[in-house]
Amino acid sequence: MSRLEPRKILLPLVAPVVAVIVAFIVTSLVLLAVGDPVLEVWQVIFQPPLPRQTVNIINAATVFYLSAVAVAIGFKMNLFNIGVDGQYRVASFAAAVFAGQAWLPGVLNILVAILVAMVFGGLWAGIAGWLKVKRGVSEVISTIMLNAIATAVVAWLLSKARDPASEGTNVVRTRELPESSRLEGLAIVPGATNTVYTLIFLAALVGVTYWFVLNKTRFGFDLRATGKSETAAVASGVDVKKMTLTAMILSGAAAGLVGMPLLFGQDFSYGTTFQAGLGFAGIAIALLGRNHPVGIAFAALLWAFLDGQSNALQIQANVSKELVFIIQGVILFAVVIAYELVRRAEARMEQNRVARQLEERHAATAEQGVSA
Amino acid sequence: MTAAAPEHERAIEDSTYVVELDGITKRFPGVVANKDIGFAVRRGTVHAIVGENGAGKSTLMKILYGVQRPDEGTIKVGGTVVDLHSPSDAIGYGIGMVFQHFMLADNLTVLENVVLGAEDLHGIGGTARDRILEISRDYSLDVDPDVLVADLGVGARQRVEILKVLYRGAKIIILDEPTAVLVPQEVDELFDNLRELKSEGLTVLFISHKLDEVLRVADAITVIRRGTTVDTVSPQGITARQLAELMVGSELPTPQTEESTVTDQVILRVEDLVLKGPSRNVLDGVSFAIHAGEVLGIAGVEGNGQAELVEVIMGMRDQDTGQIFVDDTEVSKWHTRQIREAGIGYIPEDRHRHGLLLEAPLWENRILGHQTQEPNVKGGLINAKAARQDTERIVEEYDVRTPGIDVTAGSLSGGNQQKLIVGREMSHHPRVLVAAHPTRGVDVGAQAGIWDLMRAARREGMGVLLISADLEELIGLSDTIRVILRGRLSEAFDPDTVTAEDLGAAMTGADSSVTHPPAGPPHTPESPEGSAT
Repeated sequence: MSRLEPRKILLPLVAPVVAVIVAFIVTSLVLLAVGDPVLEVWQVIFQPPLPRQTVNIINAATVFYLSAVAVAIGFKMNLFNIGVDGQYRVASFAAAVFAGQAWLPGVLNILVAILVAMVFGGLWAGIAGWLKVKRGVSEVISTIMLNAIATAVVAWLLSKARDPASEGTNVVRTRELPESSRLEGLAIVPGATNTVYTLIFLAALVGVTYWFVLNKTRFGFDLRATGKSETAAVASGVDVKKMTLTAMILSGAAAGLVGMPLLFGQDFSYGTTFQAGLGFAGIAIALLGRNHPVGIAFAALLWAFLDGQSNALQIQANVSKELVFIIQGVILFAVVIAYELVRRAEARMEQNRVARQLEERHAATAEQGVSA
Repeated sequence: MTAAAPEHERAIEDSTYVVELDGITKRFPGVVANKDIGFAVRRGTVHAIVGENGAGKSTLMKILYGVQRPDEGTIKVGGTVVDLHSPSDAIGYGIGMVFQHFMLADNLTVLENVVLGAEDLHGIGGTARDRILEISRDYSLDVDPDVLVADLGVGARQRVEILKVLYRGAKIIILDEPTAVLVPQEVDELFDNLRELKSEGLTVLFISHKLDEVLRVADAITVIRRGTTVDTVSPQGITARQLAELMVGSELPTPQTEESTVTDQVILRVEDLVLKGPSRNVLDGVSFAIHAGEVLGIAGVEGNGQAELVEVIMGMRDQDTGQIFVDDTEVSKWHTRQIREAGIGYIPEDRHRHGLLLEAPLWENRILGHQTQEPNVKGGLINAKAARQDTERIVEEYDVRTPGIDVTAGSLSGGNQQKLIVGREMSHHPRVLVAAHPTRGVDVGAQAGIWDLMRAARREGMGVLLISADLEELIGLSDTIRVILRGRLSEAFDPDTVTAEDLGAAMTGADSSVTHPPAGPPHTPESPEGSAT
C-alpha cells in the first residue's frame, strides 16, 4: 500500500474548500439581505490585484504566516496560544530598542536583534507556560491577559525609550535603525514600485524548520504524541510538564518573529503605529491551514488577499470593507465544523476499508486453503 | 430441550417464545460483525449467550436493546415483529438492560438513582419508595432505597441496576457480563437473584464467556462464534469443555506454566510503597520482589490499587514513601522514560488511553514508548525507515491483522491493537514486563499467543508482574500469586494448590489474611499481617 494515495492528499483539501465556498454563499446572502450589490462585490474582490497590491498581499501574508506558525506550534500540542499578539509586541519592542542602539554593524545587528525578539517572545509566552505547569492556569486565560499587560507595559516603556528626535512631534517611537540595518526588500514583482520583504526568507525558514522539527525529530514526535493523547504520551515517557513549557516558549519565540519583517523592512522603529492584531489573524490562519506548513502558507495568502482586496470595496462597490471580516469569520466558522466532520468521516472510512481489506484477504486465503 | 432456531418461524403463535431473532446481520467496521444470527428465547428462562471476547455478543445485545439497528433480519418480541430505534422503544416492549459498567450516580441515593429518568412512573417520593421496596421484596433483591450508592459494594450496585430495570417495567432483562466484576461469592448471590426472577415469570438473557457459570445458571445456551450463531444447546448433557470447543471452534488453549524457571536473581524489588489517597492509603505498604524468570501474579477486585501500583512502578505517578529497585539500582525517583530505558516493558490496562495514539499510523505507534531506542531513532531524529521496517516485522511475527502499517491504530480491532502493543514491548527484550490485563478483549487465538510469548520470555529470564482479573490466567501463568485488597498485598499463594475460591475469599477480605488479624476460617495462610517485607 503506497503512502501517496490520492485519497490521502485530496481528503484534507475538502474541508477548507468547502469552508471557503460556504463563506461566499453566506456572505452573498448577507449582501442580498441588506440590499447590497452582490455581483459587484465579488467582481471587486476577485479582480486581479495591481502589481503594487500584489506586493502588499505577499508582505501581509509573510507576517500572517509567521503568526500562524507560532499559533500552530501550540495547537500541535493542544495548547491554545491566544497571546501571540502580546508576545510579538513585547518582542518587536525589545528588538527595536536593541537594534536602534546600533551596537553591532549592519547585518549582524539584524541577526542579533532577531534573536533578541525570539528570546523576549519566548519569555513572555513562558510566563503562561510556567503558570500552566506550576499552577494549572489555563493558557487561554493567561495568554489573553498577558496581551493586555503587554500593551500597557510596552506603551509605558515606549515613553521611557522614546527617540529624542521624535520629541515634540506626534510620533512616539523608538530610535530608528541605522541605515546599514535596513532591508531594502526584493523587487521581484514587475511593475511595482514597492518591494517584497527580504525577511520572507525568514518566514520560509521558519516553515521548513517547523515541518522538520515536528515530523523528523524525536522532540517533534513527543510533542505530537502529547497533542494526540496526553495520557499515552505520559505512559510512553514524555514529561508533559516540561513539554508544555517548552512548546509554549517555542510558540512565543516564533511569535517574536512576527514583527521582524515590519521592523526591518518597513517601519525601521517600534512606535504607536506598529501594526497590531496579527496574533488573532494567526489563530484563524493556523486553523484554516490545518497546522500544516504548506496549508498555512495558502491560508495566509488567502487572508492577505481578502484583506488587500477589501480596500477597493468602499470606492468601487460602495460597500464597507468590513464585509471582508464577515467572509473571514464565516470561513473560520465553517472550517472548524468541516474539519471535525471530515475527521470523523476519515476515521469511519478507514475502519471500513481495513475491515473490507481484511475480509478480502481472509476470503483469498480460505480459497487457497480449499484448492490446496 | 432444543430451542431450535430454524423452527421458530413456525412458532409465531407460540407465546412461550418471548424473543425471537432471525437473520440478524450487522456490519460494523473494525470489529466482528453479526452475521445471520438466529435463536429464540422461552419465557421464564435464563438464556445464556456465550462466545469469546469479540465474537459479537455485545453488538447483538445492543441491537436487542435498540442502541444499534441491524442491517438485516427481524426481531420478534412476544410473537410480533418489532423495530427498535432506541432504548426507550426497547423498554416499551419490556426489554431492559444492565450494562457491564454500571450507570449509577455515586452521590445520589438508591431511590434517586432508580427514579432518575423515570419520574413519571411513580413520582419521586413515597409511591416510588414503596414500589422499590415491593420489587426488592418480590425478587429478594435486598435493596434499601435510602442509602447512598457510593456506600454500596459492587454486588449491591448490580442489584440496584437490576431493580432499576424492573422498576421501568422490564419483563426481559439483558445482563451483559454480569459476573465480570464480581467475586465468586457474589456470583452465587446473583444467581440466586436470577432464579428468583425466573420463578416470577421474567426472562433473563445472560451474556458471558465464563462457561462454568453459564452451565450453572442457564436453561438454554446459545453459542456465538465469529459473529454468528453456532448452536443452541441445553446445559444438561454438555460439559464446559464441549461448550468451549463450540465457542472457539478448535482445541482450547489453557495457560499452563511449565517447570519453574525462577532464578535467585532479583530484578525488580518494591519496598513498602505508600500512596496516599483522599480517605485512605491507595497503596498501603506494598512490598514484593520479582526474580529473573518469575511471573508474579496480582489478583484483586478492580479498584483495590492495582492501577496505581502499575503507575507508580512505571514512574507515571509519585509514591509518597517507599522504594523501587531495578537490579540493585534505586529507580524510585526516575522518570517514566528512564524506567522504560532501563528495560521495563509496559502493557497498559487501558490500551486506548495509555498504549496507543489512535489517530496515528501503526508505525508511529511502534515508536511510542520507545522514542529513545533503536531502531526508532538515530540521534535526535526519528528513523522512519527502520521503524517502518520493524513495524512490518511485528505485524508479521505477532499476527497483527492489518492491511498495512500506514492505517491508524484506531481502525484495528481490539485484539490486533493488543498484539501490536505486545509485539512492540517484546521487541525491546524487557528485563521486566509490567502487564496489566494483557489478554483482556483479545480473542482466544491471540490470547494463547500472548501466553506463549510470556512463557518464552520468562524462560529466557524475563520477570513479569502480571495483573489480571482472569483467575485462570493468573493461576496458569504465575509462579507466585498475591492478592491486593485495599492497597495491601496478601501473603503469597502457590498457583499449584490455590483454587479460584481461595483467591475469591482473599479478594473480598472474607479470608482474614489481608485485613483483620487472626480468627479467620481454617484455611487462613500463615502470616496474619498482610504484606511481607
